[in-house]
Amino acid sequence: MCLGVPGQVVRIDESPVGMTMGVVSFGGVTKEICLAYVPEAQVGDYVLVHVGFAISKIDEAHANEIWEALETMGELAGEESPTKADAS
Amino acid sequence: MKFVDEYRSEGSVRKVAGSIRALVTRPWTLMEICGGQTHTLLKYGIDRMLPELVTLVHGPGCPVCVTPLELIDRAVAIARRPGVTFTSFGDMLRVPGSELDLLSVKARGGDVRMVYSPLDAVRLAEKEPGRQVVFFAVGFETTAPAIAGALLAAERLGLANFPVLVSHVLVPPAMEAILSSPACLVKGFLAAGHVCTVMGTHEYEPIAARYRIPIVVTGFEPLDLMVGIRMTLAALEEGRHGVEIQYSRCVSPGGNIPAQKLLAEVFTPCDRPWRGIGVIPRSGYTLTPRFERFDAAKRFDVETVTAEEPRVCIAGSILQGLAKPRDCAAFGRECTPEKPLGAPMVSSEGACAAYYSYGRE
Repeated sequence: MCLGVPGQVVRIDESPVGMTMGVVSFGGVTKEICLAYVPEAQVGDYVLVHVGFAISKIDEAHANEIWEALETMGELAGEESPTKADAS
Repeated sequence: MKFVDEYRSEGSVRKVAGSIRALVTRPWTLMEICGGQTHTLLKYGIDRMLPELVTLVHGPGCPVCVTPLELIDRAVAIARRPGVTFTSFGDMLRVPGSELDLLSVKARGGDVRMVYSPLDAVRLAEKEPGRQVVFFAVGFETTAPAIAGALLAAERLGLANFPVLVSHVLVPPAMEAILSSPACLVKGFLAAGHVCTVMGTHEYEPIAARYRIPIVVTGFEPLDLMVGIRMTLAALEEGRHGVEIQYSRCVSPGGNIPAQKLLAEVFTPCDRPWRGIGVIPRSGYTLTPRFERFDAAKRFDVETVTAEEPRVCIAGSILQGLAKPRDCAAFGRECTPEKPLGAPMVSSEGACAAYYSYGRE
């Protein structure tokens, strides 16, 4: 239900009722999306879309933090205790 | 797709799982709130990659599941009226009421339509001024801004034929209901990433402090979930509580301010019944006086009988993390996704339906 899909803003328009609309591409499939909640989004930015509304601009710098964290975790993974899959 | 595929890499997920095995020394029970997260945990076998010491229980975060049976009956009664075009999201149309689901109303000649966005329903109302285009609004804080946006558009367009049946629910009061139970087993929460994308984290700080519990705002892809679980377990092992954000590419502590502003104009909190749990104070949204004229519950006077849930169903315990689907005598026997007896089996995101689909019997 709370599914959010990342897509890239390809166009920004003004709507007749004063809510910013635009076109967002989801891996090549484009859709008309309301951009009223992401006034900072520019063409080329990635946004998170839920039921026709962009609810967040995706922060690329924060997105990269996970890969840095993974590097450290690789060094930590040492001895292993049994998992649920081993037990079942 | 960017921001999706890289978070599904099995190698990365297993790497984090390995670091979790090195980290955990004691038994811990964690709860993810959101039904979408429950689905991903089981689909990708994340539950099976965790050490035996870690138990995942599944929260009430499937809005379709927790919509009371009575409200579905009311929706069905409205949809059967002449002159009504009834619209909602696809998963809501399949939920069985006491007698019928909304798709069966369509099969019997009713005008019931699945829409991708509430704005599609507004466009429909604009195109067909002679019909009442009703929208059945279900969802958490993630979905509420879309309903608020549609209502603002309808107001600006001067539409008199866009009634909305509001059944919005809110996450923090449900978390409090779970934590305040003396039987509560949950030691750490994965908070729902998209709810917090909208609302930020300020509502969770007092909960984390009061119950001295770690709450990690987590995303929806397998890697997000495994990292969120690791962050929660690390806090527990180190005796820390508080709110942390795993899903920082979409969530900031302040949340989406323009969305919150419009939510405050359109909605006000109200007590709401949750299917399988009961009434939770201030756990839902109702329309503010300015938008009251769009309230379908007031526009259509339909009588519904209080529907009783089958006694064998233990949905309440499952939704509060006190039991697992396989603890229920009816699971997979009398109760299946085709013929659900209770809330967590009615939508694919419910815990029982997810256990059934992915063979956790």
